[in-house]
Amino acid sequence: MHSYYSFVTGPLAWIAFIVFICGSIWRFNSLWQLTKKKDSAVFEYMDRKFALRSIAHWLIPFGSRSMQLNPAMTVATFLFHICLFITPIFVFGHVMLWKENFNISWFALPNMAADVMTFIVIGSCIFFLWRRIKLPHVKYLTTPLDFIILMIVAAPFMTGFWAYHQFPGFVSMTIIHIVSGEIMLMAIPFTKLFHMFLFPFTRGYIGSEFGGVRMAKDW
Amino acid sequence: MSESKTVNDNKKTESKKIEDQGIQKGIEQLTPERIESVIRQVINDETGARLKVYVDTCLHCGLCSKGCHFFLSLKDPKFSPAAKVKQTLWEIMRKKGKVSPEFIKEAALIAYTQCNMCKRCAMYCPFGLDVAYVMSVMRRICYKLGVVPLYIQDTAHSHSVAMNQMWVKDDEWIDTLMWQEEEAQDAMENLRIPLDKEGADIFYSVIGPEPKFRAQLIFQAAVIMNAAKENWTMPSMPGWDNSDMCMFTGDYEMMERLKRLHFESALNLRAKRIVMGECGHAFRSVYDVGNRALGWRMPPIEVVHSIEYFNELFEQKKIKIRKKFERPVTLHDPCNIVRGRGLHEMARNIVNATCANFIEMTPNREHNYCCSAGGGVINCGPPFKNARVESGKEKAKQLFAAKAKGAEVVIAPCHNCHGGLEDIIHHYGVEMELKFFGDIIYEILELPE
Ligand code: SF4
Ligand code: SF4
Ligand code: SF4
Repeated sequence: MHSYYSFVTGPLAWIAFIVFICGSIWRFNSLWQLTKKKDSAVFEYMDRKFALRSIAHWLIPFGSRSMQLNPAMTVATFLFHICLFITPIFVFGHVMLWKENFNISWFALPNMAADVMTFIVIGSCIFFLWRRIKLPHVKYLTTPLDFIILMIVAAPFMTGFWAYHQFPGFVSMTIIHIVSGEIMLMAIPFTKLFHMFLFPFTRGYIGSEFGGVRMAKDW
Repeated sequence: MSESKTVNDNKKTESKKIEDQGIQKGIEQLTPERIESVIRQVINDETGARLKVYVDTCLHCGLCSKGCHFFLSLKDPKFSPAAKVKQTLWEIMRKKGKVSPEFIKEAALIAYTQCNMCKRCAMYCPFGLDVAYVMSVMRRICYKLGVVPLYIQDTAHSHSVAMNQMWVKDDEWIDTLMWQEEEAQDAMENLRIPLDKEGADIFYSVIGPEPKFRAQLIFQAAVIMNAAKENWTMPSMPGWDNSDMCMFTGDYEMMERLKRLHFESALNLRAKRIVMGECGHAFRSVYDVGNRALGWRMPPIEVVHSIEYFNELFEQKKIKIRKKFERPVTLHDPCNIVRGRGLHEMARNIVNATCANFIEMTPNREHNYCCSAGGGVINCGPPFKNARVESGKEKAKQLFAAKAKGAEVVIAPCHNCHGGLEDIIHHYGVEMELKFFGDIIYEILELPE
């Protein structure tokens, strides 16, 4: 068990980070080059002011009419994304790991808060799952891969909760937790999870088109 | 309300039943090899990161659904914006172009008749994914495969033969202008429609259907121009038509020819700017799409839609009105000049300057629903009329709501919108009257001695 542990926290962790970082740079760069070669007009119409204006409206909860029309989804997505980013960085166990391995440390979340945030992530994933199964217009669009991605995102949180609270089998669960986190990292550049990096560009572009050429709002 | 009679039960089979001669004849000539090579050519040579990102980034979240009046009207998941991508380019890119003629047939029906290219969904998708752009790529592929609905292809043929949309012959055009000039002289002595005048402040252009079906609009414009004592002109030769069905069929080569001729007509006469009649798609073709295709970031000469021009007339007090238009009005914001050019506040200025009672329809401004006729859909003709009107159900509800608040007249400053709204009003029994701004201004204009 110990050798598994040192493998997943050692070499595999490095691989995961390298794949995540290099993969993201590669994907981003290939899209950038393609844009330069084939869609250079995009740069022509990109406008910092209008891009930021649009991004800002879509980053503020209920800042767009679309969000107002879908209140449950809006609340779920905002809480989900916030917890998704904050929890892994500030959860006590992770902060300790950084401290032990690199001797850097920062604020750690109280246990209660970490638990609540974990539940929010898992709860939102269940909500997203419900939408995919129950709402006809979402179901129609859903592919098997969408379920897998949802699993990839939920898994580290479910296993982390299990391991942290030392439920039965928590030792193996810790290893599964670490692996699932690494899978998620590595999946980002190669799946739709990459949307987090593309959002500012797609939103920024349509914001620039609407603001600069069409002189209209896009929220 | 007569809304109940509109409920349609068998909508799912609707599009299947529609047979279009242009599409049918087109797919009969297709082979899998030809389909694949055309798709590859369009995707590799004419598109790039935008298409890839739009198709790959889509999270299948369905939030765009509430952006599309097709979905809102029909409540069928196949009509959500992302679903239209799923049934077209999503599949095509996944299969790397290896799709059947049957697939192309369905894709053509979706791209040409189930999307008005109104871009409303881009305002509802959190990522701003532009489904209208994806549909335009699909249309481009269909056009290159020769699979285009018959009626709209006929207007595109007219464009390429006569350089106008309605097979208007050169002498008929001049005749129409002279006839309208004569008619208008009854209203205003010494009125002129100056032809080919060099160095005018305004080069006035219209769409093909104006001389063909709505010549009184030219008459009204002439009266308004004369009342405002404008230094204006209209061209006597091809180049007078600013409309563009080729933009919608996917025939971009022809679109470029049309736009170039239109710009050149104005530039050759050294006009200061182009003022366009009340049309939405024509404005889009000149202000947004055609100029880009020709390599101009923005149009090479200032182009002004009638709304902007009328607003200016009132702001600069160039015309006077006798009295305000009394009957309560509501305003339909045409996509192509509102989401396409932000003219909604100017439109409201004109309403306030001309009408005594104004009732907003909701949603309005950028969020207004399209009339279901735009993007060339109405031009696909009779085979698709019933389906088009069905997809205007949400629009009908919106009109009924404005009517319930007292509105009697709908101002729709766009030709296509008129066509679409007329059918909706008739089919659902909304019983409201449609008007252009030009109609209202003409009716209440104080004519100078
Ligand atoms: S562009 Fe308009 S008609 Fe087309 S999918 Fe989007 S909202 Fe619907
Ligand atoms: S809202 Fe955007 S991301 Fe979501 S399904 Fe529609 S197009 Fe895709
Ligand atoms: S016809 Fe009017 S409402 Fe319909 S797409 Fe065009 S501008 Fe929009």
